[in-house]
Amino acid sequence: MSENVTLEILRYRPELDSEPHFQTYSIPYRDDWVVLDGLNYIKDCVDATLAYRWSCHMAICGSCGMMINGEAKLACHAFLRDYRDGVIRIEPLDHFPIERDLVIVMDSFIDKLSSVKPYVIAKREKSLSDGENLQTPLQLMAFKQYTLCINCLLCYAACPQCGLNESFVGPAALALAHRYNLDSRDNGKEQRADVVASNDGIWECTFVGACSEVCPKHVDPAAAIQQTKISASLDWFKARLLPGARR
Amino acid sequence: MSRRPYIRKVKRSWWLSHRRYVVYMVRELTSLFVGLYCALLMVGLVRLAQGHAAWDGFLAVLSSPLAVLFQLICLAFAAYHSVTWFALTPKAMPLALRGEPIPAKAIVGMHYGVWAVISLIVLIAAGI
Repeated sequence: MSENVTLEILRYRPELDSEPHFQTYSIPYRDDWVVLDGLNYIKDCVDATLAYRWSCHMAICGSCGMMINGEAKLACHAFLRDYRDGVIRIEPLDHFPIERDLVIVMDSFIDKLSSVKPYVIAKREKSLSDGENLQTPLQLMAFKQYTLCINCLLCYAACPQCGLNESFVGPAALALAHRYNLDSRDNGKEQRADVVASNDGIWECTFVGACSEVCPKHVDPAAAIQQTKISASLDWFKARLLPGARR
Repeated sequence: MSRRPYIRKVKRSWWLSHRRYVVYMVRELTSLFVGLYCALLMVGLVRLAQGHAAWDGFLAVLSSPLAVLFQLICLAFAAYHSVTWFALTPKAMPLALRGEPIPAKAIVGMHYGVWAVISLIVLIAAGI
């Protein structure tokens, strides 16, 4: 006998709905299906109007983030078998406007990400003939975990500060700023400090730690932010107290 | 068709939605009791400066059952604050020795060690 599982999905079709509402779908249960497989089944066989983002189905593109039973998850990383107790409730990521159904508007994140200059700002311009920038494994180890971010935005959905203050730069962008600040080839820490060490930057974080708990790539943005707080505080004191300080 | 993004408001009860947020709010609440105990210590300093009689009066008030209960509650919250903070220290202060990261447990253990040493010094200084 074939088993079924019930998905309760938050729908919002801006041309029809004044506000979002839940719609229930019954789909076949498969032991090896993830929630994303269930959504694809609905899209292909039940209701083609359902909108959601996905691409790789292997937790690397970062497109299919959504709230699954209230927890920020990648739909490709959440097996149906782990939710056998009842209805699976699926909503778009918290703390973002809903574009349509499970699709969120992420423009604010893109702006925040670019504001921290997430790229290597070289100490000096080099020509090709100068050769490559060398980096030892030890220097790489200092920041490697922060390079693993896939911009899936689960951390923004889990962070209460992101919900309460929409101008908070947020976990992923601050972790990436830290990643480049720690890079031995980079010299852009001061340029990033205006955003990173501002009130809406690291100081808006109260170390709830939820960002790191939900991160599917174990980037640990909470750690990055706390380390940046220490480093920014030291820089602040150095700039004021040391002989020959600039300010 | 023009876009019409829908914005959901954060509920006032957001912190009840998951155990991790409740734990976080309790940790935030501890600061209130740590603050109250600091205020109590400052009152003690003022009474001490006012002379012997004032200081004895302060000590008498402190040993009343209600004051003891208050101090026990403050102690519980301060201990909760310290324990949860120590658990987070490896994230904020990752240390490495000759290129090898020091295990998180060792960093937490060092904090407990320093706590024990300072407590011992305070107890010896107090003549207990």
